Amino acid sequence: MVKYMLLMAVTTYLIRMLPLVLFQKEIKNKYIQSFLYYVPYACLTAMTIPAIFYATGSVISAAAGLVVALFLGWRGKSLPIVALASCIVVFIVELMI
Amino acid sequence: MNLRKENLEKMRQNSYNKDTMEKEKITPTTEFLTGTRDSLPIAIGYFSVCFTFGIMAAKAGISPWMAGLFSLVNVTSAGQFAGLQLIIAGTTYFEMFLTQLVINLRYALMSLSLTQKLSKNCHTGKRLVMAFGVTDEIFAVSVSRDTPVTFAYMMGLEITPILAWSLGAIVGGIANNLLPTSVQSALGIALYAMFVAIVMPPARKNHHIAVVAGIALLISCILKYAPMLSRISSGFAIIICTVVAAGIGAVLFPVENAKEADS
Repeated sequence: MVKYMLLMAVTTYLIRMLPLVLFQKEIKNKYIQSFLYYVPYACLTAMTIPAIFYATGSVISAAAGLVVALFLGWRGKSLPIVALASCIVVFIVELMI
Repeated sequence: MNLRKENLEKMRQNSYNKDTMEKEKITPTTEFLTGTRDSLPIAIGYFSVCFTFGIMAAKAGISPWMAGLFSLVNVTSAGQFAGLQLIIAGTTYFEMFLTQLVINLRYALMSLSLTQKLSKNCHTGKRLVMAFGVTDEIFAVSVSRDTPVTFAYMMGLEITPILAWSLGAIVGGIANNLLPTSVQSALGIALYAMFVAIVMPPARKNHHIAVVAGIALLISCILKYAPMLSRISSGFAIIICTVVAAGIGAVLFPVENAKEADS
């Protein structure tokens, strides 16, 4: 158990650490720069959809939470507000179904 | 000094927010506090996610303290859940290594992306420390910042969520059913809602970002629902989506630093 745990921890740490330490300079190439600029948005979107639909007790409540998050996100509300509102809506919708 | 200024200028232009003129007042303490404040929604989400991990670990016969330690040293949701399954199944060390590599390789992309946002004085020692807490959510919040990311800010951003993450596992292990399932279910959406809130404002301002996000969404759904492709692990699917969508974005809409501020 402890061996598994340490193996996992070291593997994961190296994955996170190596790029940070190896790439200390600013990347000049326009395309790589652009690629890295788009990475967060591509990555976050891929992580959210479709996973968000399975994050709660039902697809319906999750969809309601997503709609609220999209709307408030569009309006530029802050992260805690969006997260909280989304949770509350999921909670209410699940009470109704 | 001149180099540093140039870099700051570039970082500023690189961001979508232009109102960042109050850079002078920033000290490590304020940075740490800002990071801590920004980390609170992550911490709440982490507590509830790892609460579930604690319950699962308890069901597998792992003590709450062990589950807490396990979470403290790994800090990776998908990796931990998969790892737990493998431990229960009694897998080989090599298989464990491969699984963690595939599921968590996305962190390498995030770390790489993060290098371009770090402030100039983030030397190797500091990078070695901050690497420990590069998670999906912490990465997301750090890069959505419109100023260079400092070491103190990253520490503020990492410490509370990591503690909440570990604590969640311990509490989950001790009290199997402390939170009613309705509340657990509602909290399950918190982190995703946060992701949406990070992507939406820049996507609204910059259509190129919206297109890239749209491509990622499309590929993500294909990988999830297409018959053969759905066997790809979720961690690896995220890597594919990210590389393809960001790659298309880079080719179709390369970003000129100077131009970017007004797009």
